[in-house]
Amino acid sequence: MDDAELLESLLGGDESAFTELVRRYHPTLLKVARYYVASASSAEDVAQDTWIAVLKGIERFEGRSSFKTWLLRICANRARTSGVKEHRSIPVDPNESGPTVSAHRFDQGGFWSDPPVPFTDAIDTRLDNAALLGAVRDAIDNLGEPQQAVVTLRDVEGLTTQEVVTLLGLSDANVRVILHRGRARVREIVEEAMKGSKI
Amino acid sequence: MKLLPSPLVCRDAVELASDYLDGTLSRRDRRRLEKHLAQCDACTAYLDQMRATIAASGTVGPEDLSSDVIEGLVNLFRQYRSDN
Repeated sequence: MDDAELLESLLGGDESAFTELVRRYHPTLLKVARYYVASASSAEDVAQDTWIAVLKGIERFEGRSSFKTWLLRICANRARTSGVKEHRSIPVDPNESGPTVSAHRFDQGGFWSDPPVPFTDAIDTRLDNAALLGAVRDAIDNLGEPQQAVVTLRDVEGLTTQEVVTLLGLSDANVRVILHRGRARVREIVEEAMKGSKI
Repeated sequence: MKLLPSPLVCRDAVELASDYLDGTLSRRDRRRLEKHLAQCDACTAYLDQMRATIAASGTVGPEDLSSDVIEGLVNLFRQYRSDN
């Protein structure tokens, strides 16, 4: 069932529709919240409050945006308020200007000395390979902030850069830089995992 | 005379990968990168890896939640329904 159908069922009080929406989005709510607040337990509180707000507001949801966008916006607004109360500062990328590929992989002229080995074929033909997807998921989960929130929203949830800008209160240029660094890190971890295990 | 853009080396080419795939590179940088890719198998492989990583990220789906977390939220739902 897609989100709109689940929402319709939820309006009728269907508990299983609620459970399915929770399964789909609670992990992402936690990540958006964690970007703004100081601890995992605060993020849990924000995510929980978000669901209550959804239940309270669902009848007024007019579908002008997707349910996902609406839900994430509620979460981000609440998390932002909690973060301000906690005096949490918004995370900045500590290595924002460094190279994303290790310098030792290039020679002095800037050309590859340890070039990447293509793994596209393996991914394309074995997309459902649990080990590979596990490696990607682990890599994303191990990203620091703000990369984790940006990569999750943009690449896992498929939001546009502009939606990520709005949700995380970052500039367009910042989102692009953080996304670039996050993606490069995920690629690097997957490359290592594939070298090690021959996925 | 119009100056030709300086050619890219691999170390700089990889830093353009994400913007290139999102279509947000300037026209000048896009041309420089494409010119480089046409001659560089390793950077082409890097870009393919990046493309594949992004595609895989879009298919990982949500993490599994523990049954405790789900139960807690379902209880919240029941509580809300009984109060309203």
